Amino acid sequence: MAATSNSGNFLATDIPNDDFLTQCMHCGLCLPVCPTFAITGREKSSPRGRIRLIKSVAEGKLGMTEGFIDEMNFCLDCQACETACPAGVKYGALVESARNQIRLQGKQGRGEKILKKIFLRNILSNKNQLKFVAKVLWIYQNRGIEWFLKITRIAEFLTPKLSKLQELSPRADREFFDETHLEVIVPRNPPKYKVGFLSGCLMNVAFSKENDDTIKILLHHDCEIIIPKEQVCCGSLQAHNGDFETARELAKKNVDVFTQYQFDAIVMNSAGCGAFMKEYGHYLHDDPVYAERAASLSGKIKDISEFLFEIGLKMPEHPFNKRVTYHDACHLVHAQKISQQPRTLLKKIPGLQYVELPEASWCCGSAGIYNVTQYEDSMIMLDRKMTNLALTECDYVVANNPGCLTQMQYGIRKQKMHMEVIHFVTLLRKAYGL
Amino acid sequence: MILLLYVSCTHKYTESFPINNEDSSFLNFNSLPVTMNQNILSQLQNIVGKNNCFTSQEDKITYSYDGTPLLSFLPEAIVRPTSKEQVSQIVKLANIENFSIVPRGAGTGLSGGSIPVENCIIVDMSRWNNIIEIDTENLTVWVEPGVITATLHAEVEKIGLFYPPDPGSMNICTIGGNVAENSGGLRGLKYGVTKNYVMGMEVVLPNGEIIMCGGKTVKDVAGYNLKDFFIGSEGTLGIFTKILLKLIPKPATSKTMLAYFNSQTDAGKAVSSIIAQKIIPATVEFLDKTTIRCVEDFAKIGLPTDIESLLLLEVDGHPAVVEEEAEKVAEACRQNNAVEVKIAQSIEEAMKLKTARRSAFSALARSKPTTILEDITVPRSEIAVMLQKINDISKKYNILIGTFGHAGDGNLHPTCLTDERNKDEIARAEKAYGEIFEEAVKLGGTITGEHGTGIGKRKYLHLVTGTTAIETMRSIKKAMDPNGILNPGKIFEL
Repeated sequence: MAATSNSGNFLATDIPNDDFLTQCMHCGLCLPVCPTFAITGREKSSPRGRIRLIKSVAEGKLGMTEGFIDEMNFCLDCQACETACPAGVKYGALVESARNQIRLQGKQGRGEKILKKIFLRNILSNKNQLKFVAKVLWIYQNRGIEWFLKITRIAEFLTPKLSKLQELSPRADREFFDETHLEVIVPRNPPKYKVGFLSGCLMNVAFSKENDDTIKILLHHDCEIIIPKEQVCCGSLQAHNGDFETARELAKKNVDVFTQYQFDAIVMNSAGCGAFMKEYGHYLHDDPVYAERAASLSGKIKDISEFLFEIGLKMPEHPFNKRVTYHDACHLVHAQKISQQPRTLLKKIPGLQYVELPEASWCCGSAGIYNVTQYEDSMIMLDRKMTNLALTECDYVVANNPGCLTQMQYGIRKQKMHMEVIHFVTLLRKAYGL
Repeated sequence: MILLLYVSCTHKYTESFPINNEDSSFLNFNSLPVTMNQNILSQLQNIVGKNNCFTSQEDKITYSYDGTPLLSFLPEAIVRPTSKEQVSQIVKLANIENFSIVPRGAGTGLSGGSIPVENCIIVDMSRWNNIIEIDTENLTVWVEPGVITATLHAEVEKIGLFYPPDPGSMNICTIGGNVAENSGGLRGLKYGVTKNYVMGMEVVLPNGEIIMCGGKTVKDVAGYNLKDFFIGSEGTLGIFTKILLKLIPKPATSKTMLAYFNSQTDAGKAVSSIIAQKIIPATVEFLDKTTIRCVEDFAKIGLPTDIESLLLLEVDGHPAVVEEEAEKVAEACRQNNAVEVKIAQSIEEAMKLKTARRSAFSALARSKPTTILEDITVPRSEIAVMLQKINDISKKYNILIGTFGHAGDGNLHPTCLTDERNKDEIARAEKAYGEIFEEAVKLGGTITGEHGTGIGKRKYLHLVTGTTAIETMRSIKKAMDPNGILNPGKIFEL
């Protein structure tokens, strides 16, 4: 194993930050909020346990063992522990660095390697490839193939695991968002704000409706919107799964694209993308060409709820008489510390009856591609979320992240619950009657 | 090599600050000399089942620590017994095969009580988390030792009852650990500590026999008071399998306040004058400037960061009494030059303030990564004097110290803010603590109020108890545990 004297059993590039490792005082205040520790009750599946494992590898006291790799992959990277940590340890950055090391050393499992390489490195990172895959998926989902395989149970017979996964895959859109929208969209009234919009990778091909709703809401708030055609996937899924090189390349491209404009804000409707773009400054901090621009771009990134909270939400004209609860997407509440803004806005809507969701900030198990790579564990988390959702007896559960939407929609279908999972902007659009 | 490592292990426990030693904070895991005989491991597996016995390197590493800074040691295995019979069999096996047992709850202790020792297994009791019976007529509750303290609070408060001990880590720490360490908390001043609420227990003794002691009666003078004897024994005399706790009626209402001061002495004097007015608040917490800044940085609750110290106060009880006492407390603070006294406007706000206070110890790591905290306690009349001494010692050794604590009961947590990678600084911190302990004892206080002696404060124990008392403890330990299998080397050397 190529190890240097000060990186232990890690390679010398992108080693987990020693200051972060030392800062963890293993006080244990992270234990009660960790979803994986809740399942196993074993220290190695807890945040402080994983930090100690990473530290042991960094000090050469533990090899990059199968057990180590399992624990790094078992982690959802939901970062609930970061919210709970009084010492401010950057746990997410540590786990992501460890995953990057696992990849650099070629220690991923075969299936995982293929999935991450093809899916994250190629498909998501390349708009045209992604669109091609989405078109094929649309034909599969909408031209009877999926239906046929399902009712004849052929898929279940051939690959039981894959047949479960197809239930979890988002529904591809027939028309993609960026193909149906102009690059510059102006409101009817004179624009008050000039905002950039990230149409996203998956959002663009499977959540066109949510993207379109976001545009309608921004227009309603007198925003001029620019959706740069040259933009690429934000790179968050790649970084969370430990592929820093691809993530940095994508980040640089987006820095080039978005810093050409003078925006008041760049608005996000996907928590994962927002969280990661707010980190561009950090990921590119030692790049002489990009550091400064990346930091300035990061400063402009706003989640849609954060943005509307700051500029002031316009009140709907008619009461919206529905019972609504709110699920905290991990990458909003833990990574971006946004939890009060969407709640405050929801409570302001006339007629809306807001119900607080028990354990609202507990991960739903979607966690990027976790529900694909760790299906069984992900379903345990989803069951817990569904039990809590059932208690609220709501008409709608609001979530501001595509992963959460898909995961909870799956849970609701599975348990035949009468509740709709919708994005914040979709709910607003209903309330405005737009 | 083996000898060398052995020496370094021994050294570890003879010093309170093992980091002076070169490979102190971690021993080299990969070349540890002792490996438990496979035969013993199979016997353990037979007792608890394969799924409840862990021996992987990853498991060993992650059970090598608890909440105590700078100490760690690898266990040979981690077992999770599921019945008292299994616990008993494990203890009997340890006596036959001569290995040690370290009982463990959530591993949040701060004196090294659950840190592994040489050739030991960890007996993890955290899965024993059932509340067995709440008796509303006798106001008692039977719990398993792994019940989380805050879970117990929530359950009994649902029916208007109250279990006061509330250690800082109450959201994860276990009742078993609380009893073993005799934990305190924020409500110690008015309500006392864990020992005031333990009525009985079922214990597996160091020879594997199981006994019950205490019971639901308030009065009971039959024989030696064995149950009190196990409280605070730090896992050296027995393993709890069931604990009977006392409950009290939940106070009808409470009021939480913050008082800001421009000097630590004023805050200290305010505490004395509150008590002198014959008011016993439930909580009187002190935070110094360094701690306030770190807590505010984490919790963002709007604390002013330019003041020298603050007191977090809570009075509880009958609404009329609370109203009157809150006013008197506020007045006492003002008379001692409080710059501002603020009253929490809602239960949520009060909860936020208390939660922020509980984060103080860990939040201090924001300023420097290695926070070594102590737990001295002085008679509360001496609080102001002790605070001044701590400041002097901090200057003398050029060590940054953040101090917070339960000012009402005289229990302070001066915390040295250091970086474990700076050996010189750690050595100075050790000297500073030596002196802080001496001063506390001189003022009629003690070296630990609620964290326990464990490994960390072992070498200072004699300052408080004297050597004859330690000899007495040692002979009790020998009588009960002649083979020294239960958490050996904790509190005092065998």
